[in-house]
Amino acid sequence: MAESRRQFLLGSALLGTAGAAALGARAASAAPSAAPPATETGGVHSGGHGGGVAGPTFRKGAVVDHAANGFDPTALLRDFDYGRVSRLPDGRVLREWVVAAADLDLEIAPGVRYPAWTFNGRIPGPTLRCQEGDLLRVQFVNTSAHPHTMHFHGIHPAEMDGIPDTGPGVIPSGGSFVYEFDAQPFGVHLYHCHVGPLAEHIARGLYGTFIVDPPAPRPPADEMVMVMHGYNTTFDGEGNQLYAVNGIPFHYMHEPVRVKRGELVRIYLVNALEYDPINTFHLHGNFFDYYPTGTRLEPSEYTDTIMQAQGQRGICEVRFPYPGRYMFHAHKTEFAELGWMGFFEVTD
Amino acid sequence: MDGRTTRNRAWMSAVGATLLLGAALLLLALVGGKTLPERAGPPIEQLAVERTELVPGYIDVTVRNTGPDPVQVAQVFVNDAYVDLTGGEQPIPRLGTAMLRLDYPWQEGQPYLLSLLTSTGLVIEHEIPVAATTPQADAGFFSLMALIGTYVGIIPVVLGMMFLPVLRRIGSRGIRVLLGLTVGLLAFLAIDASIEGVEVSESGGGAFGGPALVVLGAVLAFLALTALDRYLGSRRTVNDAQGSSGIRLAVMIAIGIGLHNLGEGLAIGAAYAVGELALGTALVVGFTIQNTTEGLAVVAPLTERRPPLLQLLGLGLLAGAPAILGALIGASVNNAELSAFLLGIGVGAIAQVIIQIAPSLRDGAERFLSPATIGGIAAGLLTMYVTGLLVTA
Repeated sequence: MAESRRQFLLGSALLGTAGAAALGARAASAAPSAAPPATETGGVHSGGHGGGVAGPTFRKGAVVDHAANGFDPTALLRDFDYGRVSRLPDGRVLREWVVAAADLDLEIAPGVRYPAWTFNGRIPGPTLRCQEGDLLRVQFVNTSAHPHTMHFHGIHPAEMDGIPDTGPGVIPSGGSFVYEFDAQPFGVHLYHCHVGPLAEHIARGLYGTFIVDPPAPRPPADEMVMVMHGYNTTFDGEGNQLYAVNGIPFHYMHEPVRVKRGELVRIYLVNALEYDPINTFHLHGNFFDYYPTGTRLEPSEYTDTIMQAQGQRGICEVRFPYPGRYMFHAHKTEFAELGWMGFFEVTD
Repeated sequence: MDGRTTRNRAWMSAVGATLLLGAALLLLALVGGKTLPERAGPPIEQLAVERTELVPGYIDVTVRNTGPDPVQVAQVFVNDAYVDLTGGEQPIPRLGTAMLRLDYPWQEGQPYLLSLLTSTGLVIEHEIPVAATTPQADAGFFSLMALIGTYVGIIPVVLGMMFLPVLRRIGSRGIRVLLGLTVGLLAFLAIDASIEGVEVSESGGGAFGGPALVVLGAVLAFLALTALDRYLGSRRTVNDAQGSSGIRLAVMIAIGIGLHNLGEGLAIGAAYAVGELALGTALVVGFTIQNTTEGLAVVAPLTERRPPLLQLLGLGLLAGAPAILGALIGASVNNAELSAFLLGIGVGAIAQVIIQIAPSLRDGAERFLSPATIGGIAAGLLTMYVTGLLVTA
């Protein structure tokens, strides 16, 4: 009733001369104030992207304190953790890692704090890499105030699955456990905490990439890992306010991923997103070979856009024929404009 | 001598009591406060968007911290896209304000959802139902608002007052029906304005009272008008032995309706400022009926007299002109708290007017609610309801 009455009053306001005057006044008032003030684009990252019609951006000049966070997405990109390697009496390779869960207050966007749960103090957790047939020992230490586990995708006995009521079950705060299993099958996988409420334990940051190389290594390439994920900062389980690859939204807009022209680039792409069913990856100005889950050595398609549901992953192989900047982002544009976008910088 | 000593003693005891009270409160704050546990949980962050100004290419947002803790706006996204912004670099203290300029290429006529992401990750949302360039307060704008105010306020009221010669011929029973009709109209307006006032106040974040502001405005307006009435009444008994209760009642009704029209103007101005500007001319018919009846209400007590034309015009201005003021305030201030308060004033004014009219409803048998007046009141309520339906048609 109130709304209708208001509109009612307005209807009359538009009649006859009043209406003509209204339109005239609006046109006149729009003109002088149209000139925007010069916006400063200073700051550390003067990438100069975004703002207005140039696209989405955080406050220009504002940056995340990577040092305080303890990790930098540029470093995470090519940071593969091969573990401590030794030989077993039978000649097999044994790989050992120590992964600690910890509660951290991270700056996930300039000025935005997030009470994160992390593996080894970073989001995403360390990229654990091995070769098919290795024996893996992951010592999980829970320094968080909450119970957690490590649940690996792959093929392993039930008691090593890292879920409640099976094997060691939930690892309580202060507890630890050594997960031991064979590295199989080859491909790109993920690991994450598997304690309830599951969505929250994952969304808080407890996920990482688990790569099992094939017995005969893939061709040499500039390899990198990209974990697609998001932050539900309001903790309402309704979508996310921020989307990112490798921890910080928009990071690779400021610091593009630097690659060489003509060189093979191999991207281990993982979708660890919570609260949205599907994520996508789209590359500008190029096409790539896509290997779903990386469990076959033949690509399944040659494309510039792929889609992954939660927990899906694959390998993208690409060569850039031309120098310059090439954008990559979620082709779900909402995710892109909320942070999931970046650049490749191709140089000779 | 004795009286002065007693007075001094009274003063001293009052001062002593005040000091004692102050000391007790201080002690409680220093010691008692520490015995309370620390407030648990995250900070309580509240921001009320007080004003949005749409400039081509930009959206200027004025926010006020209406919560108990400081709020830092870290980032802002509009329709799910992060935007560059300037302003609000420092945390906003309680009841403090900040102006944020959002670099966003908004389009005329589109809806927008502004999401302010605070430093703790909370999202405070503000909806712009229809985007339109915010009018700048220049001479052209003021004259436009004056024109709109005249159009919706003064003209229909004066039109209604032109029925005065007709009223003179319908007899005292007819007048009672008409006054009843007026009461019905006003009662409906009071209810409508109360609901709208509460709705508006709730969008303001509540730090300044929320719906209580409507009540405050209503009670203050009621008291002020009652005081004015008493003042006019006492002067009348001295100056005008003949009695001019008719014109006095007309003035009071005009003031009450004027304050109501202030609230209406406010709604128009505020809606204009946010760009809700699209409606057909058919609605105006219903509108004219509504405000024309306000004119009828003003002249209803004047059937026994022949007031000069200037006096009538003055009454018309008194009742209609506040719409102009309201439109100006609404369009240039656009503040939920102020709007709620002014709507409350309108409600209080109407209530006072109804009480003013009530004695005139009495019939020969001294009954307030004769069948004729009951019919009039019901007709008034229904008229407002039906014309309200015309609006949504």
